Amino acid sequence: MPQNEYIERFQKQYGKRLDHDERVRKREAREGHAMSQKAQQLTGLRAKLHQKKRHAEKIQMKKQIRAQEERDVKSAGPSEPSSTPLPNYLLDRSQANNAKALSSAIKNKRAEKAAKFSVPLPKVKGISEEEMFKVVKTGKKTAKKGWKRMITKPTFVGPDFTRRPVKYERFIRPMGLRYKKANVTHPELGVTVQLPILGVKKNPQNPLYTQLGVLTKGTIIEVNVSEMGLVTAGGKVVWGKWAQVTNNPENDGCLNAVLLV
Amino acid sequence: MATIVPPPSKRQKIAATEKAEREAEESRIPNGLGSIRIQFVDQGTGNAAGPSVAIDVQQATVKNLENLLNTLQAKDPSERTPYRFFFNASKTQAENDTTSILDIDRDIYSSILKPGLRTVEDNIVLQYAPQAVFRVRPVSRCSASISGHGESILAATFSPATSSLLATGSGDNTARIWDCDTGTPKHTLKGHTSWVLVVSFSPDGKILATGSMDNSVRLWDVKTGEALGGPLKGHTKWITSLSWEPYHQQAQGKPRLASASKDATVRIWDVPLRRVEQTLSGHKGSITCVRWGGINRIYTASQDKTIKVWNAKTWTCLHTLTAHAHWVNHLALSTDFVLRTAYHDHSLKLQDTASTEAKVAQAKQRFESAARVNGKITERLISASDDNTIFLWDPSSFDPNSNATPKPVARLLGHQKQVNHVSFSPDGHYIASASFDNSVKLWNAIDGKFITTLRGHVGAVYMCCWSADSRLLVSASKDTTVKVWDVRTQKLKEDLPGHKDEVFAVDWSADGAAVGSGGKDKVVKIWKN
Repeated sequence: MPQNEYIERFQKQYGKRLDHDERVRKREAREGHAMSQKAQQLTGLRAKLHQKKRHAEKIQMKKQIRAQEERDVKSAGPSEPSSTPLPNYLLDRSQANNAKALSSAIKNKRAEKAAKFSVPLPKVKGISEEEMFKVVKTGKKTAKKGWKRMITKPTFVGPDFTRRPVKYERFIRPMGLRYKKANVTHPELGVTVQLPILGVKKNPQNPLYTQLGVLTKGTIIEVNVSEMGLVTAGGKVVWGKWAQVTNNPENDGCLNAVLLV
Repeated sequence: MATIVPPPSKRQKIAATEKAEREAEESRIPNGLGSIRIQFVDQGTGNAAGPSVAIDVQQATVKNLENLLNTLQAKDPSERTPYRFFFNASKTQAENDTTSILDIDRDIYSSILKPGLRTVEDNIVLQYAPQAVFRVRPVSRCSASISGHGESILAATFSPATSSLLATGSGDNTARIWDCDTGTPKHTLKGHTSWVLVVSFSPDGKILATGSMDNSVRLWDVKTGEALGGPLKGHTKWITSLSWEPYHQQAQGKPRLASASKDATVRIWDVPLRRVEQTLSGHKGSITCVRWGGINRIYTASQDKTIKVWNAKTWTCLHTLTAHAHWVNHLALSTDFVLRTAYHDHSLKLQDTASTEAKVAQAKQRFESAARVNGKITERLISASDDNTIFLWDPSSFDPNSNATPKPVARLLGHQKQVNHVSFSPDGHYIASASFDNSVKLWNAIDGKFITTLRGHVGAVYMCCWSADSRLLVSASKDTTVKVWDVRTQKLKEDLPGHKDEVFAVDWSADGAAVGSGGKDKVVKIWKN
């Protein structure tokens, strides 16, 4: 049991005070007054922090109210049920068309042959080896040898990877900089989905980086799109699709990519 | 260098497998069980076929029984009919309990003697039902891929008379008739001002009716492609379903047409006079499906969760079936196939030049033989719903005088998502249901027992359609494929990829020669063997 749950534990063992509910109600009723007093009396940094908090809360509240109002409004039914022709058994059904639109967009694009070779980011800035690798000099023997490298960029490491013995490990890929998932955007639909990475297909900087699974801007990765429900012309579910990394993951702490269609 | 023996020819291979099968069959049935007495009874009429015969248990396979029955009926060797055999397992002979009927799939021993339902000393009564004497060969290739429509194809149907005419309705406001023999467009039927949602051939195959999003029904001459007058106006919302009066009940030259609409009414149109004969109102929601049965009944399914049964003479609502908990999506009758094809049968003996009386007689005879079960003419009804269930009804058993809501024969549970389409096999023994849960399920049409699930589609299945001999099934799906299933083995027979997008409509021609499909990719595909 976590140590901080002592109140719950106590209440489970011995129950609540007899006037517990009454006290809670009163505290809640006082809250408005307490807040108002705080807002009036606080000065300096505390006042600033308090104001900021209140501001955020108010925005949230307004949003909620607006959403509530919208829910109550009865909208007039659309005159034309859908712009694309549908058979009558699909006419009255609201459909999740995202994945569907995705697959047809992909098919349309495939018709254009040249599209195969164009990627959203055709050029990337070079990264020098000094920036990519840090020479590991810790330890008595390693410092003498000086061939051990630490990769300073985010990497993708396959699920079944185990590190080699220290003696033979030339490149260290830090655990903290490993990624398993990417936020993949479909360029035409603007739909973004978080998908598992299957592998690094090409790092434009250096074939070695491809091998190491380094994720830099412009890297082509393969992502698992099975949950999107895309289907090939043969009726099979599409599993892996390629995407290109669009941000600098080492600066942002997340991995954004755009699907190659 | 040694000479390599040539591989066995096809004939040799077939002979070898047959021999192996026979041996396996014989070894499955133990020796020395003696003989059993079998009495054959027609499942339709209940009449006995000859006296009871004694037959060796070892020999009592379905194939041999078939031969025996054919001989008993003194049939010419050229006219031998394949049969399916059923066995009523209930102990009391008098009681006609349909729930305990067994289908004998291989031999008497494994289905009756081994489970201990009867011993070799009993007289075994076997019901037989003729199977189609012809065999539809599974379609396996795309014989034509015809573009022409400017928008998605929403409906497709073959002419009942021939497999060379296919009509499609599309989102480009036209319907088209295609010549399937040459794979070319024949007629473009222009006139509607919005999507054509339904197309339906009259049972004699001469008139095509189209229902559209523009709230009108139009009629077309199939031969010339000319419009027969203007639109039939009256509905205030779009047309969802069309159904023709059965051929054997039509007054001479005065066919009628029922159209169901989103506006919750069904209108009965007098086709030559082009006016509304009757409006059936009573539903509270959009009507999704209308069926004109062969025994003066009209069945309608609606999104108000009910099915109504109407009298087609007095236009009164006879029953309201309220078993479903959500929209009712589709209805099918056990006689759908014969009602659609009327006097056109596989033998094509009756030509269009035959007299009307002969055609009506043939249509009536075909209808009655299809609808007769245990000597009674019954039309069974099946309804698919958004509540993931299917109900099997027997409208002839409803008491017309009682006010109690009629009870269904069976509730077919198993689908995990909405069931979109159901259909009876032409011989009335199976039900196939297509659902949004990516599966097609097969059910026994007599008692509604689950038979199997046909899995293979990776998207919602929109439609399924039987071949004329009830041995094959074709399904169209959102996953862009059309698949052919073998009912006997319950396996995928052919996978037909080729469409580039969802397949909305599929139809198997009445003579089994071709399958037509169309969908979102605007292309009509004709599939043949």
